[in-house]
Amino acid sequence: MKVHEYQAKALMARYNVPVPHGKVAATPQEAHAIAQELGGKSVVKAQVHAGGRGKAGGIKLVATPQEAAQAAGALLGTRLVTHQTGPDGVPVRRLLIEEAAPVAQELYLAVLVDPAARGPVVIASEAGGMEIEEVAAHSPAKVHRVVPDPVLGLMPFQGRSLAYAMGLKAELVRPFSELAINLYRLFVEQDCTLAEVNPLVVTGDGRLLALDGKLNLDDDALFRHKDLEQLRDVEQEDPLEAQAADADVRYVRLDGDVGCLVNGAGLAMATMDMVSRVGAKPANFLDVGGSADDAKVARAFTIILGDPNVKRVLVNVFGGILRCDVVARGIVAACQQVGKNPPMVVRMLGTNVDEGRQVLRGSGLNVTLVDTLAEAAERLRR
Amino acid sequence: MSILVDRDTRLVVQGITGREGGFHARRCMDYGTKVVAGVTPGRGGTTFENKVPVFNTVEQAVRQTGANTSLIFVPSPFAADAVAEAADAGIETVLCITEGIPVHDMVRVARHLERRPKVRLVGPNCPGAISPGEQCKVGIMPGHIHKPGRVGVVSRSGTLTYEAVGQLTALGIGQSTCVGIGGDPITGLTFVDVLKMFREDPETEAVVLIGEIGGTKEQEAAEYIRKEFKKPVAAFIVGATAPPGKRMGHAGAIITGKAATAAAKVEALRGAGCAIIPSPADIGATTQQMLRERLG
Repeated sequence: MKVHEYQAKALMARYNVPVPHGKVAATPQEAHAIAQELGGKSVVKAQVHAGGRGKAGGIKLVATPQEAAQAAGALLGTRLVTHQTGPDGVPVRRLLIEEAAPVAQELYLAVLVDPAARGPVVIASEAGGMEIEEVAAHSPAKVHRVVPDPVLGLMPFQGRSLAYAMGLKAELVRPFSELAINLYRLFVEQDCTLAEVNPLVVTGDGRLLALDGKLNLDDDALFRHKDLEQLRDVEQEDPLEAQAADADVRYVRLDGDVGCLVNGAGLAMATMDMVSRVGAKPANFLDVGGSADDAKVARAFTIILGDPNVKRVLVNVFGGILRCDVVARGIVAACQQVGKNPPMVVRMLGTNVDEGRQVLRGSGLNVTLVDTLAEAAERLRR
Repeated sequence: MSILVDRDTRLVVQGITGREGGFHARRCMDYGTKVVAGVTPGRGGTTFENKVPVFNTVEQAVRQTGANTSLIFVPSPFAADAVAEAADAGIETVLCITEGIPVHDMVRVARHLERRPKVRLVGPNCPGAISPGEQCKVGIMPGHIHKPGRVGVVSRSGTLTYEAVGQLTALGIGQSTCVGIGGDPITGLTFVDVLKMFREDPETEAVVLIGEIGGTKEQEAAEYIRKEFKKPVAAFIVGATAPPGKRMGHAGAIITGKAATAAAKVEALRGAGCAIIPSPADIGATTQQMLRERLG
């Protein structure tokens, strides 16, 4: 789960990671008042779940409270389009108004889970303010990494080694190490999958400050963080993806016209790839799960049909616990409910496949039944 | 012969009194697996299906039934505890089906298992393992699609593995053992671990490897195959059309950089001499062709 920058920074502040003074505004009046409190000169930052805000015009440096109110008026209620959002962008409902800190140096600091290390790693770089992938590609010598022992946590010597590797001034070595340890504690205790500060700046007067902050939370661990669950902002999500999440269906919207209903994540990806190979484009990834009932299949199919780009549908189900007749009934129910009848290629295999096929044959829906993936692919070829 | 599970497997099912645990324990027994015990805290002293004794702890199950393998269906908030309990009780082969275990729980479990090098954890978030020639199924895969034979299958996926096995069996190609290593970022056995076992198994003549986007496990496998694995490998990677930064169902299936893409993995495996399976419809056919070319 993604959270907003202001939410991430509030959590960081709780862990003594220094963040700029600032508050959240939902109206130009509030932006004016906060800027005034901060002494006029401030930064107005659109709160959206996407990177690339600066280039997209979502971050404005202002000199007076009036300018803050103007910038707020121009941003609030619009949709921000960045390289990470779709062409429709994401809505700007809140702004973070922060003190404009004079920056002497920009660093990078992040904690994430590295599958190869089988645990968290801490990454730091003296080339902050850029995407770390770019730095890693062009100047790998500027990317430094330590692997904490999960039992010990990040140790001070590891924090120091990162500081020395980045060439920080002597008086910043200990503060940096402490900050990194605090961020690491936050990462572990709050079940994050990513905690990133980019840039972490050295201010003109020699302090470390998290100018930006990003946290991704582990969806699978939210059951033990009821407070963090509240931070979800459904408006930032694709509406169909949000519906799917509520229905416990794994769905990712893509930009093609072939809707896909599959059971199992691997088979769902394979199905998408196959659709592409025959020159068509998948409209979505969808894994309905192993133990779905017909109501859940119907909800999943309704989500597929809810995408206006979907012109055709491919169903690929390898029945195990999930029975083919259950899938068939769910599809029929969804088509009746939504009142749509797109051409469908259905490939079902396994438990109760004959019953499933019978349900679809008798449904009056525009269904082509096939036996193999190869046949399904041929049917989709144009 | 086979790997991981066989005629000597004495299985304890953790979570046997739950809906999924009970359903699949029965299916494993029907296939021929020796299910010797179940564990559900608080239900010790009862029996499952009037024949399998249920214990409160894995330790009791091991002591009284000689269980040597565990299959875990415990719900995700408690699954890390179940894996650690199995390892602590002396179970050496632990297969964890549970999906959705918090990643930080798995970090701690992986660290715990480092102190117990004899323990082999398969999964979590996996279908388990099956050795058709040994009539031993420890997992949730449909048993009837398998056929005894000499091809080992290792995969990060569940249903896609069934698809692969279905195609192999349809062409008369049987399997020695099929292992799902799981779709999470942190799993027990990796591709390399399973390949090492297949290398030592005289019954396995060739391998089908099914990977996906995310992480670098496939590249590690490619490196190992290039250097040390002489048996022919047919490889299939899914997720070529997945957009970056989006989790595709599996927690581990997310493109976070170039190395995590399908293209990078395919390139590594091709460079290691694997036969690349171009599409999910060709898993059987590519494997068949490879077997003809490499094994005659």
